[in-house]
Amino acid sequence: MSATWLRELLRRPAGAFGAAVLVLLVLCALVSLVWTPQDPFATDPFHRWQGPTAAHPFGTDGTGRDILSYVFAGTRTTVLVAVLSAAVAAVVGVVLAALGALGPRRLREPLAVLIDVLIAFPVLLIAIMLSAVLGPSLGVVVIATGIGFGVNIARVSRGEIRRVARTGYVLAARAAGLGPVRTLTDHVLPNTAPVLIVQLSLSAAVAVLAEAGLSFLGYGAPPSTPSWGRLLNDLQDYVTLYPLTVIWPGLAITVTVLAFNLFGDALREATDPRLVRSRSERTR
Amino acid sequence: MLRFLATRVALLLLGLLVAAVLIFAVLRVLPGDVAQVVGGTQASAAQVARIRSELGLDRPVVLQFLDWIGGVARLDLGRSLVTGSPVAAELGQKLEVTLPLAGLSLLFGLGLGLPLGVLSAVLHRRAGGFLIAAAAQLLAAVPVVFAGVLLILLLGSWLHLLPVQGFPLDGWRQPGRAFASLILPALTIGVVEGAVVLRFTRSATLEALGQDHVRAAAARGMTLNRALVVHGLPGVLLSVVSVIGLEIAALLVGAVVVEQLFQLPGVGRMLVADVGNRDLVKVQSELLVLTGLILVVGAVVDVVHRLVDPREREAA
Amino acid sequence: MTLDVTELTIRFGDRVVVDRLTFSVPDGARLGIVGESGSGKSLTTLAVLGLLPDRAEATGSVRLDGEELLGLPERRLARIRGRRIGAVFQDPLTSLDPLRTVGDQLAEPLRLHGLASRREARAEALRLAALVRLPEPEQAVRLYPHQLSGGQRQRVGIGAALAASPGLLLADEPTTALDVTIQAEVLDLFDRLVAETGASLVFVTHDLAVLARVCTDVLVLADGRAVETGSVERLLAAPQHLVTAALVAAARATSWTPAEGEA
Repeated sequence: MSATWLRELLRRPAGAFGAAVLVLLVLCALVSLVWTPQDPFATDPFHRWQGPTAAHPFGTDGTGRDILSYVFAGTRTTVLVAVLSAAVAAVVGVVLAALGALGPRRLREPLAVLIDVLIAFPVLLIAIMLSAVLGPSLGVVVIATGIGFGVNIARVSRGEIRRVARTGYVLAARAAGLGPVRTLTDHVLPNTAPVLIVQLSLSAAVAVLAEAGLSFLGYGAPPSTPSWGRLLNDLQDYVTLYPLTVIWPGLAITVTVLAFNLFGDALREATDPRLVRSRSERTR
Repeated sequence: MLRFLATRVALLLLGLLVAAVLIFAVLRVLPGDVAQVVGGTQASAAQVARIRSELGLDRPVVLQFLDWIGGVARLDLGRSLVTGSPVAAELGQKLEVTLPLAGLSLLFGLGLGLPLGVLSAVLHRRAGGFLIAAAAQLLAAVPVVFAGVLLILLLGSWLHLLPVQGFPLDGWRQPGRAFASLILPALTIGVVEGAVVLRFTRSATLEALGQDHVRAAAARGMTLNRALVVHGLPGVLLSVVSVIGLEIAALLVGAVVVEQLFQLPGVGRMLVADVGNRDLVKVQSELLVLTGLILVVGAVVDVVHRLVDPREREAA
Repeated sequence: MTLDVTELTIRFGDRVVVDRLTFSVPDGARLGIVGESGSGKSLTTLAVLGLLPDRAEATGSVRLDGEELLGLPERRLARIRGRRIGAVFQDPLTSLDPLRTVGDQLAEPLRLHGLASRREARAEALRLAALVRLPEPEQAVRLYPHQLSGGQRQRVGIGAALAASPGLLLADEPTTALDVTIQAEVLDLFDRLVAETGASLVFVTHDLAVLARVCTDVLVLADGRAVETGSVERLLAAPQHLVTAALVAAARATSWTPAEGEA
């Protein structure tokens, strides 16, 4: 884990593209807090369903809102949901995986069963379930993705944590009297970091897709929050009449998810020593 | 084998129980006063009290849970809080749409993902293989709603090939029309999920291409491509089968969204409507049925895997 | 069957891994190719079979009974592989299809080359299982690879390689993955079967001691180049090249050596 994997990552077209899009996304989100081309919420009854014009490059929706400004402002919601979801997923995943791999022996088997059952709860179902009692909000999206994908992270990283925990240097540290929690934070987690970071990138992608799906079903962001998912939902009703407008939020979501996926894949290749090695040695 | 079957069934039942506990905990315990949630903020004290007694909410939580599970075991899912009609009957009706939709989606997903995944792996040094893989990468990033919208535009509005929305009111009485109205929704899910299957198949096939036994088979007298088909693909299929369990989860989630988009009277649309009505009795049963389906398919896939793979068959 | 390799060069992009290698194996001869890992010896056998990885590029000439193999289309090569050239690979576990029975794989070359019907293949599988001394052939042919021991799996590999009576047998480290005692048994089997069939043999290994048990001539490879060649006796008695000397010393240190090697 050093500058070498970053160089490896950016050397790959997929990694460079993913990183570039994500940086751009964060920049847009930050800029949108202080400036957008126009007020994303300003309606204009005289300019409804405009095609692309100089004033409205992406056109306007059924209330005359400028779609470009709305999509621009929506980046902050997307970034927020992606980052928070990934963070919650990381905590849920690491805690479950660490308990499952290193926790008390009595706990391991029940945890394995619990994880297998939770896998059967897709993110969207968890979100719908939580919405039923908590009402629609972005928090529900974050929690649902965090739990739903955190379980996936737990399953993927459990084996990895177990493997690292059995390596010589970790056994040596434990033999020297390091407690289980310190062993985890000082040795095991840093060495499972590559696997985790890849999973975080993928969980961000899942979060963005979940937000889109939930907003479409009416359980996502409240109307005061600009959201690509809801814009997509607002526009899809009129898709046969004004097909050009619906392209923009759909494209924004697709490119963002693609960037997270490509970033994660490239990261996996850049940090997985087995992959790097096997490529040069397989034939010898 | 019998012992494996027995433990797998036991594990499945345990899984269903855990799922039921989780659903019940979130929907009935987490909100605190369930009657208030069901009644909504505008409900009067008397209305809330009536809901409470109707639901049996004044009884201990454990008893409420046992009531529910006991009912489920007898296929009695209770009555809707809003309309008073039995949930099981309605759910059965909605499954007549959702199950065929999920099956057709799986068919499309595998039909697209498997052959193209193998092809893109075999052609991985050529432009064609790269293009297929890139297209799959792109499609896997498309939200289901957007995919549906694009397909509606392409196949429905411009080419007028398929019915765009709705489902015949008389259900499967006219099988042709009912089937036709499922094609576009299933294709929507199938294209997105197919992209996921494709990527998985591609990497499994790439791995198979480098396997010693495929090369060894080629050394016994066949072309590398034929060796891949005869000795590599069975292994690839086996690993694809093992992820079908998870694939089903994605399909059903896709169905929830797609039923809304195409206005199909399925379980997903029913779930969304009932969440909107805060009809918690229906919601909990619908969620249990959906997660139950996922768990059951997962168990069936496990058993099939065990039957097909000689290495595991032995262990059983 | 004679094999003539002339100026064989194998490249991965700019990297040359086998460099202008020339050797020939006369009819019925037994040549051992020895070298450390990474010396290019395995790639040489793959080049003869036409099974090099996609990224590798081979130039030069590989002729089997005078017929050029390099650059031959995959379909033509497939007709040669298994029929005129048999091959045994290093890891007997990964070299067998885990989803097919032993009998299936033993008789596969016969089926592929149209030498046996489905019914005849079953009998042939039994014959081959007995030939390579699998215990209880009747049962063995119905087993899957994971149900066999390492040595038994390699016997299956050898049986399949010899099924269609090829005139040339290529063996790529066939005993490396096996225990020492099993190694000796499998080497004896090799020795006997090659003698019985009269096939030419190319045996690739990193272990001179193993090589000395089955081969009469040696080619020493280092970094993709031939550094020394000659009869086994001559090389063991008087190695000319440093690499050869090191290999001889290693063979002496780890296991037995023929009496004439000890002076």
